[in-house]
Amino acid sequence: MELCGLALPRLPGLLAALALLAAQVPRAFATRGPALWPLPLSVQMAPRVLHLSPDDFHIANDPSSKASSSCTILQEAFRRYHNYIFGDHLLYHLPAKFHVKADIQQLLVSVVRDSECEMYPSVSSDESYSLVVKEPVALLKANRVWGVLRGLETFSQLIYQDAYGTFTVNESTISDSPRFPHRGILIDTARHFLSVKTILRTLDAMAFNKFNVLHWHIVDDQSFPYQSTTFPELSNKGSYSLSHVYTPNEVREVIEYARLRGIRVIPEFDSPGHTQSWGKGQEGLLTPCYRSYQPEVSGPINPTLNTTYSFLYKLFKEISWVFPDQFIHLGGDEVEYDCWESNPNIQTFMKQKGFGTDFSKLESFYIQKLLNIISTLKKGSIVWQEVFDNNAKLQSGTVVQVWKEQNYAKELSSITAAGFPVIISAPWYLDRISYGQDWRLYYAVEPLNFSGTQEQKQLVIGGEACLWGEYVDATNLSPRLWPRASAIGERLWSRQDVRSLDDAYRRLTVHRCRMVRRGIAAEPLFTGYCDNVLK
Amino acid sequence: MAGSRLWLSLLLAAAFAGPATALWPWPQYIQTSDWHYTISPHSFQFKYHVRSAAQSGCSVLDEAFQRYRDLLFGSESWQRAALTGEQQTLEKQSLVILVVTPGCEQLPSLESVENYTLTINNEQCFLLSETVWGALRGLETFSQLVWRSPEGTFFINKTEIEDFPRFPHRGLLLDTSRHYLPLPTILDTLDAMAYNKFNVFHWHLVDDPSFPYESFAFPELTRKGSYNPATHIYTAQDVKEVIEYARLRGIRVLAEFDTPGHTLSWGQGVSGLLTPCYSGSQPSGTFGPVNPILNSTYEFMNTFFLEVSSVFPDFYLHLGGDEVDFACWKSNPDVQAFMKKKGFGNDFKQLESFYIQTLLDIVSAYGKGYVVWQEVFDNKVKVRPDTIIQVWREEVPVSYMKELALITEAGFRALLSAPWYLNRISYGPDWEDFYRVDPLSFEGSPEQKALVIGGEACMWGEYVDSTNLVPRLWPRAGAVAERLWSNKVVTDPDFAFKRLAHFRCELLRRGVQAQPLSVGYCEQEFEQI
Repeated sequence: MELCGLALPRLPGLLAALALLAAQVPRAFATRGPALWPLPLSVQMAPRVLHLSPDDFHIANDPSSKASSSCTILQEAFRRYHNYIFGDHLLYHLPAKFHVKADIQQLLVSVVRDSECEMYPSVSSDESYSLVVKEPVALLKANRVWGVLRGLETFSQLIYQDAYGTFTVNESTISDSPRFPHRGILIDTARHFLSVKTILRTLDAMAFNKFNVLHWHIVDDQSFPYQSTTFPELSNKGSYSLSHVYTPNEVREVIEYARLRGIRVIPEFDSPGHTQSWGKGQEGLLTPCYRSYQPEVSGPINPTLNTTYSFLYKLFKEISWVFPDQFIHLGGDEVEYDCWESNPNIQTFMKQKGFGTDFSKLESFYIQKLLNIISTLKKGSIVWQEVFDNNAKLQSGTVVQVWKEQNYAKELSSITAAGFPVIISAPWYLDRISYGQDWRLYYAVEPLNFSGTQEQKQLVIGGEACLWGEYVDATNLSPRLWPRASAIGERLWSRQDVRSLDDAYRRLTVHRCRMVRRGIAAEPLFTGYCDNVLK
Repeated sequence: MAGSRLWLSLLLAAAFAGPATALWPWPQYIQTSDWHYTISPHSFQFKYHVRSAAQSGCSVLDEAFQRYRDLLFGSESWQRAALTGEQQTLEKQSLVILVVTPGCEQLPSLESVENYTLTINNEQCFLLSETVWGALRGLETFSQLVWRSPEGTFFINKTEIEDFPRFPHRGLLLDTSRHYLPLPTILDTLDAMAYNKFNVFHWHLVDDPSFPYESFAFPELTRKGSYNPATHIYTAQDVKEVIEYARLRGIRVLAEFDTPGHTLSWGQGVSGLLTPCYSGSQPSGTFGPVNPILNSTYEFMNTFFLEVSSVFPDFYLHLGGDEVDFACWKSNPDVQAFMKKKGFGNDFKQLESFYIQTLLDIVSAYGKGYVVWQEVFDNKVKVRPDTIIQVWREEVPVSYMKELALITEAGFRALLSAPWYLNRISYGPDWEDFYRVDPLSFEGSPEQKALVIGGEACMWGEYVDSTNLVPRLWPRAGAVAERLWSNKVVTDPDFAFKRLAHFRCELLRRGVQAQPLSVGYCEQEFEQI
């Protein structure tokens, strides 16, 4: 039983613990005290406690910083984090408020190299930072703005209110960088539409957990909410309703909001399967399925027609400039062959191409043409594992995402043995819920636990927590995602040996209350309470 | 358009001609047709019939009229609609309500009659009920019958409904001890309960982790036993507000003070109440269930339950009695001595019974009835014949259906919860499992079946607080609500799915954060603040 409220640590114990831990990783101190999530690479925390005052604390550029004072990413982040640290202090009804002398009045931020302030984050963005918290000025140093964003999050997590409500931080030195460069959350806006507000709120929470990729599974069988300027009929006819669409402006808003938080937006336009909704606005795109020699319903995209590829070229050309990220996710999962099989024109095409009755060859034929289109557009491709499994010829650098849970370690071995970079999702399907603390299972996963050489392991660029939308919309997204996804956030950021479930439980309990305080409806890990209550 | 007459069986197939028949829970008897009438928001009124026992000034109905007005038309001011091309459609300018017996100031009870008749035809737009509680149920049904065309005109179809609940006790349990639930969360839940025709809020107020109920006889209980005595408590005023808010919606508040187990938080504020556990010959410093061997225990319970009996006006109190762990009692030498003296041997069930019986006598003396968890029956505690036994264990000691048979065979009334633990979640449409249960599908005589007074959906709080309560509760609890209200023949899952999917969109429209049943969308989606 975790009665954190009934077991506040006594001060001497706390100090002893702090002293003892000064040379090791920090631990959580019940509800008070810092609780870092995800745990940084190296933390040295001294017992010495410093005070801050909301009215007398500033986050600012260090004079030595290479970042310009007009850098929006930094200016907005400084304001945001000042709010996260102090903004909610009025919500506290603590017995007495003593006037405290501020020991630290400034956090100075220094960008060491070219700031990349106007750029978009990428898979090779440098997110490392170092943080020195001491009297009278704390210093955050990073090579790029991306590291500054991560460091600000850590700094905000170091500060807590003591029993009198005073903002407090331990003298500490932290240096940090992520274990994997690709740390993603998949959202599905096709099974259920998610409002822009819901997406932005999710980006906020992602930043709290140092996630850096929003994998936007934007369209699927059920609906096509992406409003294309080239093919407006796709959403006019394929969305749930005309109010269930993302306009170009809204897409831009999501991308910029993400950029300001150091998060990449990777759009997924899944084909040739999962495309029922595309067919409504684009006649002739889908394969007519035959039953008793009559075309009835439609199946996957028709891979035999030239018109298909000229459509795809135009659509993906638009996508490649709407979404600035270097990568586009092309899907390629769960293609059903029975419709193709039923169609006489496809049968003829198969014969003509010498595919026999192997429809995976037809699928690969399609995918390869699509991959070629993407590389003509100077973009990289991500595909679901079936594309690799079906032996499609992939250009080097194509990223393969593993989602099938059975034998996924073996799959990782084969993909990396073939030299392709890989993203892991198989053990992290958060839409699948069960009773109790399933975050422990996600946390226990070790991404590199497969047989392979050192070079192979290096091809694992990270992982993604997937929240598919069959049973998820804005009503239940946040509590289903957080803090369960946080477990994956730490697995992908922190060192391999950060695995203690007890320590994780303590820190995550505090971290979830912090998310709640910042307006994220993160569900409880177990019995207990937060100082604040989500209103 | 000719009004066609359809009976229930036909309706099951035909109900989806229009939105007018997407009712939840499904009424006992309904006839409806495509013939419809317009309703204009700016002129429509709820009116008391001149012969109604309830008249203007009846708080329950006055406030309900206001509530349903807002639910139907929103709070925007409506312009008179220019009737174009619909001239021949009759307008309904009011719903006339006739309540037969007075009772506006009373509280709903287990015996309350919730029957109503709703008649919407060329001559009438009329709601007839025995009591104000029945009128509330009828107003809810009325509000679900009104639909809106894409152009924004409100309509109601020609309809005749005669409705009454299958079971008189249709409850929802919330647990405010594992996690504190803020007052607005409880009040919002009461609203959603009324939309589902639930009529009992089983308030599991306190438990091991925290004691948020502020007692005026023993203020130390919350001062020391709550998570935070400044913010995580229910004051006397809060409790009053919950009871009145529930009353205005025809919902009873059944308060549970679970003993002798599940009481760790009580011990913080009342020293000597809990049994000290021993390791070997020394007290281990930990505590177990309420100490059943001391006179002081019963003196405390006497005073405490005197307060509880007056604070909670419902005739019934829930006294818990579940999951008593005997290990601590066994370890304690004083308890052992007491056992010997009483001749209980090593049978700690007898000690538990001794405690419970004494407690039941106390509560009886205050003129209250009581509900207990099934262990009290399983452990053969002698209880009053009018005791209500709540079945919560799915398989042990016997299957829950068998348990119902045993309890009713012994002549006790029973409540079913075992298959309806909504806190337990799994992937996919688990509401179908809740829906499929029939509470009377056990072997027993008609007299035994008559002793099953209803059931409760339980939302235990280990993993639930205000961040995830609402989507976990709705529309899943709706499945239980229909099972307890509607006729036993209403079981078709496809018919239920279509209505429930529609109803969950209606819940969203009313501001309830109800989660989706499957892929799809609602006209009005949930938007977080």
